[in-house]
Amino acid sequence: MIVATLVPLQATILALVGIGATVLILTRDPLRMTIVSGVYGWLLTLLFFVLSAPDVALSMLVVSCVGYPVILLVAVTRSRNK
Amino acid sequence: MSRRARILVFLPALAVFGALLVWAVVGLPDFGHYVGPYGYLLNHVALPERHMTNVVTAVVFDYRGFDTMGEEFILLGAVTGVALLLRSQERDEEVREGVGSDTVRVVGIVLAGAALLVGLWLIAFGFVTPGGGFQGGVIVAGAIFCVFLCADFSAWRGVASQTVLDPLEGLGAAGYVVIGLAALISGYPFLTNELLGPGVPGTLHSGGTGPFINWCVAFAVSAGVLILFSEFLEEYIVPIAAGGGK
Repeated sequence: MIVATLVPLQATILALVGIGATVLILTRDPLRMTIVSGVYGWLLTLLFFVLSAPDVALSMLVVSCVGYPVILLVAVTRSRNK
Repeated sequence: MSRRARILVFLPALAVFGALLVWAVVGLPDFGHYVGPYGYLLNHVALPERHMTNVVTAVVFDYRGFDTMGEEFILLGAVTGVALLLRSQERDEEVREGVGSDTVRVVGIVLAGAALLVGLWLIAFGFVTPGGGFQGGVIVAGAIFCVFLCADFSAWRGVASQTVLDPLEGLGAAGYVVIGLAALISGYPFLTNELLGPGVPGTLHSGGTGPFINWCVAFAVSAGVLILFSEFLEEYIVPIAAGGGK
């Protein structure tokens, strides 16, 4: 069985993910939330990458930084112009 | 509901779900203790059996290629559904002005080229290094979407044209099935990766039919995501830009 320990880089990024999640739920404005959510997704991407899962990291990246923000932005634009 | 009542409902729920969460986390294996047998097994057999150095792609496009085909058709179904619901017969000819900001334009143009290259690289080497048709396909779609951000809407319509994207989406999905059927016709079970020689692992010429499945998925995904973006834009953004909302 391979046993790994949490190295400082992983611990740092894990802490950043915690901070990012807190900032995200404290953001109230939908447009800002969209951008913060993209940053949070990018932090998760870094976390998966330093945890040696580059394929998962890439999937996270494309979903959280490309696909999801576009759909959210469309919804935000629509609701602002109503 | 008053604030006080809301807190009265919230606190017991927080206690119950918080306790469940703590219980679940305490029961997890320790950090770095991997308990599943399949990871070790696949790491040993994937390279000699399937000649792909990226084991994740070997799993997705080969060992469980049939499941991936199902997922591909979920995407096809979702895209078709959105197109059916949102696509209208007449399109607004009045389109919005181009982006005013030079900064957005320059960043967009640089980003489009760089992202397109990264996306194509991720697709082409998806079975050699981390990446694959899905990730690369979405990044290619994102790169093309930059055209909308840094040019005007008519340029976007030229790039994201229905007459190109719709067939690409369908052909990508169909190509996957055709590769599966080719194995069947040659006397192997559906989607068996036996038709092409092993090639040289670690190079583009490796992985048997895996790379072809990879490209089919890439076409279907990038066309599918672009169709989604395009339908949303036509439905929600153009009416606003052209006449201040419905």
